[in-house]
Amino acid sequence: MIKDITLGQYFPGSSLIHKLDPCMKIILSITYMVMLFSAFNAISLAVAIVFMFVVTLISRIPLKMVLRGIKPILPIIILTSLINAFYVPGDALFKLHVFSFLVVISVQGVELAVFMSVRIMFLIIGTSMLTYTTSPISLTDGLERLLSPLKKVKLPVHELSMMMTIALRFIPTLIEETDKIISAQKARGADFESGNIIRRMKALLPILIPLFVSAFRRAEELALAMDCRCYKGGEGRTRMKQLQLARRDYLSATVMAFVLAGVICINIFVPKLYGSSLF
Amino acid sequence: MPIIRTEHLKYVYSEGSPFEKAAIDDITLDIEEGEFVGVIGPTGSGKSTLVQHFNGLLKPAAGKVFIDGQDIWGKKVDKRSIRFKVGLVFQYPEYQLFEETVFKDIAFGPTNMGLNKDEISERVYEAADFVGISKELLSKSPFELSGGQKRRAAIAGVIAMRPSILILDEPAAGLDPRGRESILAHIREYHIARKSTVLLVSHSMEDIARNATKVLVMSSAKIVMYGSVNDIFAQSTSLIKMGLDVPQVTRVFMGLRKSGYKVDPSVYTVEQGKAEIIRYIRGGQDR
Repeated sequence: MIKDITLGQYFPGSSLIHKLDPCMKIILSITYMVMLFSAFNAISLAVAIVFMFVVTLISRIPLKMVLRGIKPILPIIILTSLINAFYVPGDALFKLHVFSFLVVISVQGVELAVFMSVRIMFLIIGTSMLTYTTSPISLTDGLERLLSPLKKVKLPVHELSMMMTIALRFIPTLIEETDKIISAQKARGADFESGNIIRRMKALLPILIPLFVSAFRRAEELALAMDCRCYKGGEGRTRMKQLQLARRDYLSATVMAFVLAGVICINIFVPKLYGSSLF
Repeated sequence: MPIIRTEHLKYVYSEGSPFEKAAIDDITLDIEEGEFVGVIGPTGSGKSTLVQHFNGLLKPAAGKVFIDGQDIWGKKVDKRSIRFKVGLVFQYPEYQLFEETVFKDIAFGPTNMGLNKDEISERVYEAADFVGISKELLSKSPFELSGGQKRRAAIAGVIAMRPSILILDEPAAGLDPRGRESILAHIREYHIARKSTVLLVSHSMEDIARNATKVLVMSSAKIVMYGSVNDIFAQSTSLIKMGLDVPQVTRVFMGLRKSGYKVDPSVYTVEQGKAEIIRYIRGGQDR
C-alpha cells in the first residue's frame, strides 16, 4: 500500500537533539556538511563520522532507521565511486588489459572514491537526522525565522513557509486519498498493470482526475477556513510557541564549533594522509 | 454453500513498524446467498477492512477468503473477475467520479469487463434506473450533479457491473434524511429485484433494522455477534455496552420495560412497536 511510505520521516522523541531549536538545528546541519567536505584526511573524516554516531546515540533514533535513508542513494554512491576509481590519474594500484584498452585503477582514485562515498553517506545521514528529530511544522518555522532577514529584500518569507507547511501537512492526506481512489477504481475493475505505456498512462486518468478535483476542493475549503479565522499573512503575526534559544542551543553550537575547529586543525597538522598512502 | 466464507482471516496495518495494529483478527464467517447483511461496529472496529477482503483489494496476512466456493487468493484466480462478482461501493464514492459524462462514468466498470457497446449501454440505463438517475442527467458532467445525485451515480457505477454480491460502505453517510432514505430504498429494491447478496456497512441502527435480514456486529477487530436481526437487537444491552446504538424505538421499549410496563424490549422497527403496544393494551401476556 502507498500508505506505508514514510514521508517527512519525523521520528517523535524527547531527546536533547529533538528539543534543540529548529533554527539552530538547521544551522548546525549546514555546519556539519561544511565539516564533512572540509575534512581532508582520514583522521578528520573519522572525527566527523564519530561525531554523527554520538549525535545518533543521543537522539535515540534506531540505527536501522538511520541507515534506511542511505538505501535509495546507494546506486549514486556506487556510480560516483566507480567513476572516481577509474578516472582519477595517479600511482597505479593495478592494471588491467581489456581488449586494446589499458584500464588503470590508481591509489588516489580509490582513496577519492572512498572519501566521496563516506561523505555522501554522512551527508544523507546528517540531513536525515535533522528531519528525523524535527517535526515538519517546526522545521518550516525554523526556516522562516532563518530566512526572515530576506524580508528586507521583499521576499515573501512567511508566505513561502506557510505554503511549505500546508504542502507538508497535506502530503499524508493526499496519499491516503490516492490510496482510496485507487482502491475504488480497482473495485470497478480498473487495470493499472497491463498494456503498453500509452494504455497505462491512460489508466492513470481515473486516479488523477478525482485526485486533482479533491486537491482543489481541499484548497478551497482550507482557504475559506483561514479566511474565517482572519488570516491575512505574516504582517504583525505572533506565535503561540515562541522559538527562543536556550542554553542547550548555545551549548550544542559550541560543541559543533569545537569539533569543526578540531577537524580543520587535523587537516593542517596531519596533512599527508590524504592523497598519498591510505592503504 | 455460503457465497462468502472466510476462515481465520487476519489483517495487520503497518506491519513491522511501531504502529503495527491488527485491523481484523481471526474472522471466520459464512454469509449465505441472498442475505441482506447489516454490518455494524464502532469506528475502527475493522468493518471497512473486512469488506475490502471480500473482493481481493486487501490481501490477508493470514486466513482464507472464499467467494462462491473459490479461494480468491488461490493460484490462477483473476482478481478482476472477483471484483466484477463482488461490487464494492466505498465510503463517499462520489469522489471517484472522473469521466466527462455520467453515462461514461457508470460505463467504466462494464467497459473494464470487456462487454460490447449495446450490453454496456443496456447496463448503464438499468443501473441508472435502479438508483433513480434520470436519462437527462446521464449526458451531464458528473461534477455538475448535486451531492446526492453524485452519490447515486457512483453507486450505479458499481451496480452496472451486475455483481452477485453488492457491498456498500456507509452509502448514506452525510446525506439528509430524504437522500438517505432514497438511497436505501433503491438498494432495497435492487436486492429484491436482483436477488443479490447485499452487505450494508452502517452506523445507523435504524437503517439496518429496516433493511437487513441479518446483522454482523464487529468490535475491536473481531466478530462479536452474527445472527438474525431479531436475535441481535434482543441483546440491546450488550450492544450499548460496546458503545453502539440501538434503534430509537428499541430504546423507547427498553425504557417502558424499566418503568414497569411488561412490553417486549427487543422491538426494533416502528411497525413492530405499534403492534407490540396494541398487544400490550389488549392485555397480552408478558414476553
